[in-house]
Amino acid sequence: MSRASIFSRIDANLATILIGAAILWFAPAGLKSYGLYVISFWLVMSIAAMGLNLTLGYAGLKSLAQAAFLGIGAYATALITAKGGIAGATWSWPLAFVVSGTLTFLAGVVLGFPALRVKFHYLAFVTLAFATLMFLIFRNEQWLTGGVYGFSNIPRPTLFGAKLNNDLAFFRFVLIVSVLLSLAMWWMLRSPWGRAFQALRENPLRAASLGVNLRNYTLLAFAIGSAYGGLAGALYAPLVEFIDPAPFAVSASFVLLLTVVVGGQGYFLGPFLGAAFSYVLPEVLRFTGGLYLLVYAAMVLILLLISPQGIIGIVEKFRERRRQKDAQDQRDASKAMLGA
Amino acid sequence: MDQFIQLILAGLATGAIYALAAIGFTLVWQTSQTINFAQGEFVMLPAILVLMAVKFLNAPLPVAVLLATGMFLLIFGLGFKTYLVDPMAKHGVLPLAIATMALSILMKEGAKDGFSAEAQQFPSLVPEGVVRLFGATLSLRDIAIFLVAVVAILALQFFVTRTRTGRMMQATAQNPTVAKILGIPTERMILLTFAINAGLAVLASFLISPVYLAKFSNGEVIGTAAFIAAIVGGFNQVRGALVGGFIVGLVDNLAAAYVSSAYRAAVPLALLVLVILFKPEGLLGSKEERTV
Repeated sequence: MSRASIFSRIDANLATILIGAAILWFAPAGLKSYGLYVISFWLVMSIAAMGLNLTLGYAGLKSLAQAAFLGIGAYATALITAKGGIAGATWSWPLAFVVSGTLTFLAGVVLGFPALRVKFHYLAFVTLAFATLMFLIFRNEQWLTGGVYGFSNIPRPTLFGAKLNNDLAFFRFVLIVSVLLSLAMWWMLRSPWGRAFQALRENPLRAASLGVNLRNYTLLAFAIGSAYGGLAGALYAPLVEFIDPAPFAVSASFVLLLTVVVGGQGYFLGPFLGAAFSYVLPEVLRFTGGLYLLVYAAMVLILLLISPQGIIGIVEKFRERRRQKDAQDQRDASKAMLGA
Repeated sequence: MDQFIQLILAGLATGAIYALAAIGFTLVWQTSQTINFAQGEFVMLPAILVLMAVKFLNAPLPVAVLLATGMFLLIFGLGFKTYLVDPMAKHGVLPLAIATMALSILMKEGAKDGFSAEAQQFPSLVPEGVVRLFGATLSLRDIAIFLVAVVAILALQFFVTRTRTGRMMQATAQNPTVAKILGIPTERMILLTFAINAGLAVLASFLISPVYLAKFSNGEVIGTAAFIAAIVGGFNQVRGALVGGFIVGLVDNLAAAYVSSAYRAAVPLALLVLVILFKPEGLLGSKEERTV
């Protein structure tokens, strides 16, 4: 077997995830807690964006509520794990993780069912309404969520008897969960489910004629995508240790959608690039003072004008050009040989 | 009862503003399949531009108004179409919609950083005062807003349905290919709709800013309201946007008084969801077979 065929058998996305994880495991040894926080935050938002990428990029459904799902997960986790936890120190976070995922999955089904019955792109409007409602609940129901004053003292999880209070330990914990969720997504996209999701986006009519149940599969894609938002929320709460309604507002959902498109919708690694652009770049741009949102928005506009397929689109364009150039070179070479 | 009438009339005044924004929204959607997420910011900005001209150029108010209007039409009518919509339109609806989201952040932050983060007084063109009617107290301002907006909308409706250019515009919206074959300069017609959208935004801005003060974040509320109004009324009808605007204005005002001020923002959205579930094409909309 030639070398080239071995390489083509290893999925580039999988390889990037595993190598990236290995680098991230050891890289931050020298980083202070702020650096660790930024990288952890990037991973958490990447998970949320990954879910939205499934909904949007693979199934072609526009959801304007991903930050609301993140919020549901974060508040559920805060409620379950705070004050010693309702299931003891060890099992509270795993319980919160499962509850966050389940709640948001069910919310996805309940929201998606009526919307998708009517017309696929109406999901956007229904999710917009839902995101507004959730924000109002987070803000107004003070007895449950702490209202505008927020919810503080959210503990870091305890694992195998060890409390992950250390920033590096918690970062590695976030990394492990992110890698597991990425692998699950990777597996799902290669499974018949994932193929069906893509078929829905590319040609719904043809997918239907091939026996793919349109409504069930779109519903499933949306629900799983939403669940990733909730699971990200389960990491978000212990990471920031204090939550208030602001990061789960409608505008935050817009930024998540922006993140997916900027990274490259429908590309497996798009969410990671997009999240770096949306959530790490502002930290880098902190020196601009209050101007960072302005700079960020301008950069998004310019990027989309250059490449509507996002950051990955630029890479793809470059690779395509190189492939064409290689082919041209080969043609030229063979022409010379034939001519000789 | 007095309070009820008062709420209805105030709701109609707010609704008229929403209708102006919603009509621009649907016009732009019809002719170029652009979902403009910056529509609210379009209404926010002209008033800020006027105040900026007054503050930084020491321009007298009428000059500032003219200057701001001209600049806004140029940048957010012509420029918006030429430099944002045209290059992105061929890549589908979504990247363009996302680009307008980025534009909305840019406009909002620009207004905040370039001018002020505080709400600013905006001079009213109508004197303060109240009129008593059927036992209810009406502010002159609300009446003026309502009248100006309705006259503008009626004039637009007349233009679209009764004049040659307006009909050419409609033809372009309904079937661009056939319109082109018939010799209609479709590009110019699309540009005209963008100019009208910008014009309506300027008008809405000057009407609403004396009431709600000029603030960089005003666009959020207005944008959502216009969006809901457009869908509730019917995405493919100017009439629909008009009715939708009034309904959202009324529902908004009544909800604030009778439901709860904490959840008033959710009430128009509940209306939106109901309309989507039971009459997805909008109250006045016609069924569209094309999938977008």
